[in-house]
Amino acid sequence: MYEFTYHRPGSVADAVKLLADPDARAMSGGMTLIPTLKQRLARPTAVVDLSGIGELKGITVSGGTVKIGGMTTHATVASSADVAKAIPALAKLAAHIGDAQVRNRGTMGGSVANHDPAADYPGAVLALGATVHTNTRAIAADDFFNGMFSTALEPGEIVTAISFPVPEKAAYVKFPNPASRYAMVGVFVAKGPAGVRVAVTGAGANGVFRHAAMEAALAKNWSAAALDGVTTPVDDLNGDIHASKEYRAHLIGVMAKRAVAAAG
Amino acid sequence: MAFEGIGASVKRREDLRFLSGRGNYTDDINRPGQLHAVLVRSPHPHARITGIDTAAAKAAPGVAAVFVGADLAAENIGGLPCGWQIHNKDGSPMAEPPHPVLAIGKVRHVGDPVAVVIAETKAQAKDAAELVSVSYDVLKGAPSLEAALRPGAPLVHDEVGGNLCYDWHIGDKDATDAAFAGAHKVARLELVNNRLIPNAMEPRAAVGEFDTMSGDYTLYTTSQNPHVIRLLMGAFVLHIPEHKLRVVAPDVGGGFGSKIYHYAEEAIVTWASAKVKRPVKWTADRTESFMSDAHGRDHVTVAEMAMDANGKFLGLRVHTHANMGAYLSTFAPCVPTYLYATLLAGTYTTPAIYAEVKAVFTHSVPVDAYRGAGRPEASFLIERLVDQCAIAMGMDRVEIRRRNFIPSSAFPYQTPVALQYDSGDYVATLEACLKASDWAGFEARRAAAKARGKLRGIGISTYLEACGIAPSAVVGSLGARAGLYEVANIRVNPTGSITVFTGTHSHGQGHETTFAQLMAAKFGVPMDQVDIVHGDTARIPFGMGTYGSRSLAVGGSAMDRAADKIIAKGKKIAAHLLEADAADIEFKDGKFQVAGTDRSKALAEISLTAYVPHNYPIEELEPGLEETAFYDPKNFTYPGGCHICEVEIDPDTGVVSVVNFTAVDDVGRVINPMIVEGQVQGGVAQGIGQALLETCVYDADGQLLSGSMMDYTMPRADNLPNISVGTSVTLCTHNPLGVKGCGEVGAIGSPPAVIGAVVDALKDHGITHIDMPATPQKVWGIINANRPRMAAE
Ligand SMILES: Cc1cc2nc3c(=O)[nH]c(=O)nc-3n(C[C@H](O)[C@H](O)[C@H](O)COP(=O)(O)OP(=O)(O)OC[C@H]3O[C@@H](n4cnc5c(N)ncnc54)[C@H](O)[C@@H]3O)c2cc1C
Repeated sequence: MYEFTYHRPGSVADAVKLLADPDARAMSGGMTLIPTLKQRLARPTAVVDLSGIGELKGITVSGGTVKIGGMTTHATVASSADVAKAIPALAKLAAHIGDAQVRNRGTMGGSVANHDPAADYPGAVLALGATVHTNTRAIAADDFFNGMFSTALEPGEIVTAISFPVPEKAAYVKFPNPASRYAMVGVFVAKGPAGVRVAVTGAGANGVFRHAAMEAALAKNWSAAALDGVTTPVDDLNGDIHASKEYRAHLIGVMAKRAVAAAG
Repeated sequence: MAFEGIGASVKRREDLRFLSGRGNYTDDINRPGQLHAVLVRSPHPHARITGIDTAAAKAAPGVAAVFVGADLAAENIGGLPCGWQIHNKDGSPMAEPPHPVLAIGKVRHVGDPVAVVIAETKAQAKDAAELVSVSYDVLKGAPSLEAALRPGAPLVHDEVGGNLCYDWHIGDKDATDAAFAGAHKVARLELVNNRLIPNAMEPRAAVGEFDTMSGDYTLYTTSQNPHVIRLLMGAFVLHIPEHKLRVVAPDVGGGFGSKIYHYAEEAIVTWASAKVKRPVKWTADRTESFMSDAHGRDHVTVAEMAMDANGKFLGLRVHTHANMGAYLSTFAPCVPTYLYATLLAGTYTTPAIYAEVKAVFTHSVPVDAYRGAGRPEASFLIERLVDQCAIAMGMDRVEIRRRNFIPSSAFPYQTPVALQYDSGDYVATLEACLKASDWAGFEARRAAAKARGKLRGIGISTYLEACGIAPSAVVGSLGARAGLYEVANIRVNPTGSITVFTGTHSHGQGHETTFAQLMAAKFGVPMDQVDIVHGDTARIPFGMGTYGSRSLAVGGSAMDRAADKIIAKGKKIAAHLLEADAADIEFKDGKFQVAGTDRSKALAEISLTAYVPHNYPIEELEPGLEETAFYDPKNFTYPGGCHICEVEIDPDTGVVSVVNFTAVDDVGRVINPMIVEGQVQGGVAQGIGQALLETCVYDADGQLLSGSMMDYTMPRADNLPNISVGTSVTLCTHNPLGVKGCGEVGAIGSPPAVIGAVVDALKDHGITHIDMPATPQKVWGIINANRPRMAAE
């Protein structure tokens, strides 16, 4: 780790001021940032710890929307009775991120802002047609993720919350990478106010993506059988020592069917 | 007091400190004024070093020194020695290229150490290490056997043509060829034994300290054998006489073989501590462990078995290529030869065997012994080949094994590949395991799984191994440059408590418990009267350490012998006190008793007399009650048994789940069943890891792709079933305890059972073998290639 200045502001406004320094970095759970620092892959001048900002934490459900603060940990989402009632698929997803230590520290804001192509939350955000709130604006999920480890966030912009419209049906099924247990392929299917949406994480060379062919098939007929014959082109998929593009394409089909079956 | 004698599952006394986080590991040791070392390692698999500029690093804050290979060469520091010499078929010695402590001229694998930076803090050392500027002329690498054997392949060592370390053989070629000429059928198998990265929980670490007043050196290190390190490093590398060098291996958090070897970092911190006149500490981070701890396995083999019309094995022919990595690690050459090919008879009566082994240098981390060392490679090959034999003969897998087993009446049994097995009962372990696993009921479980959409398979392995290494003269004639006896010193303290100093070393095996149990039983005292001391060359006699499942069979036997000497002396003292003849004194339940009378003296009375010799046969007997015994085993020990594994495969994803695992092993006499069970379970976990999960992957150039836990799949609790462990015992006939060893059987016996089960589950998909690890991707590939493609795919 290189030396940096550590800040722990108490408000979003103060955090934004500190992040005006282009070489400062926000930190939520630190589950990604700290290993990056330890391996000396990043050299920020300052780390702005968001964990002291009360307004970034918490879960509210109102008017068919679940709004979750950026600093809310995976463990909080996983154990929230409100989330379990409104969007059980989301609570279940959170319960299967990493291990207990990671879930106690890692946050939704950090995960979404980071857009690791193997992360789970981006699948939920995209499939549920969520809105990402920042200190300056609200960004629709479809406009938010724009490539591996890349999002619409401007430098210094902070994810303050994410609001999810409550779906009629939804489920997420993940095929974990055998070594890391991140998603090697994860498929989130949802039917709700935003229509029928299918998001695939873990598999795309450009991060999370929507599966148009599956959405079309499921819009006509919401059933696992409707996905028979729907294929995934391999060109934009990721291939590595654990899974070739072809294997990932196959797993997308299997996970999608299982997700539809689980969603009921 | 609960029963704590031989056969009692006494809880491990060392676990109190291990499980409460109060162990004392090498990294817990901090010496006054200590500096921190960080190594600069090669990012390239193969490159010429054209220059190293250390000026900026030397000028960086907190830096005490920066050293490169030339600095060591200037002080005549030797290369890391190899402890075993193999001879080629033509009698010439193997190629033994130099292994510099810090690279000189060339780097040969990713992670090869090039320079060391020593600074006040680890962070400062890391900062400065980034300022060491190494200029490389990058060359093409050959990390795999295939790449290194290709004509025109880049040479790892310019002086070693064809990258061939040795070309060795064993057995009778003509007799084997004749067996094939007369064969009814031949089964053939090509297989890869996958390369593994050990990943002990505790990374390697070393602290060197030099006493400027006395000129004494101390090295604290993560080692399985501190005396071996003292000998190798003192005599061959640093030229420090042994009386000036103390090596301490405190608590060690797992080794699995990878902490046997003498590593560069040990020499560096020891040497540097004298240069900078302050203690120097190095601790690997996990990334460094992946690229600098010796790896395991990595064979490519073709094997054939000739059979007669009844499925009796007539002859076995084996051709193996073994990857040595870039340099010869301490015991590397013996692993694919004497720890492998001598095992090829397995549990079978195969009368003619011929094996050829070519060891190859590659641009990869050195490969050496890893839990099982050569025997997992042998058992995987034999047991997989026997399954092929069953297929070729259209015979049941169990039946063909029964037909070929060495009968229990045949011991001692001389194999055609040097070893002489002393005891065993392979039918007994087979029957017990078939029963415990409900082999007979399997087809019903397969049908039930099928109804759930799962492919279920069962696999069996009736393996054998040779451990308890080893008779010194035998291994010496085979190329070992060390003796492999073991030593124990027993000190009965004046008030009767007992301190045992052993040359073995525990890195998780529970010796402090098993040995105390053994000695308490021998002396008839409660266990809490016995302490086991190991790991410090200043305290223990010159011993050979722990590996090859030798600690109880060899080290325990040394203890038993030393205890016999104590008892013999105690009898003389007792005879004097009791005014009897020493020949009439019996030692039982902690008492020296005149036979046939109730006159006796307790051990504590005898020991007090020995140290306060007022009324003592001082003319005939020295005072004191302390004895040492060196025990050189007469033979290897031969644990073996049967492992049966059941898997279920999800045909949609290729995921293999181990649903049942049953082991029945013959490990000889069992001192502590709980510890044996734990050792077998741990070994099986590693075997399942090798069979289904773990594999080291280099890209074509030699970059390590599986260089972290993100990509190297260690087995986790949820990858493992409840592992059922049983024992069925025959005693070792040549050591005083009748023990054989249990540390490696799990890793040796299990992989073929797991792969056999996977293949059985996939039997309708046109395969008879699958290489390890049977990952979801690989299994799905097989299923997918062997069924009509459906539109959804
Ligand atoms: C062992 C391990 C296993 C894991 N397994 C999984 C898994 O299975 N599935 C999965 O999805 N994830 C997994 N993760 C990732 C983890 O769950 C976190 O989601 C992830 O590390 C990011 O969240 P964080 O709060 O820790 O972010 P941090 O590490 O604090 O930050 C990550 C990045 O986001 C930026 N950032 C953080 N917060 C904000 C914000 N509010 N606004 C803008 N930018 C911000 C930071 O500057 C940084 O660049 C794993 C992590 C570990 C260490």
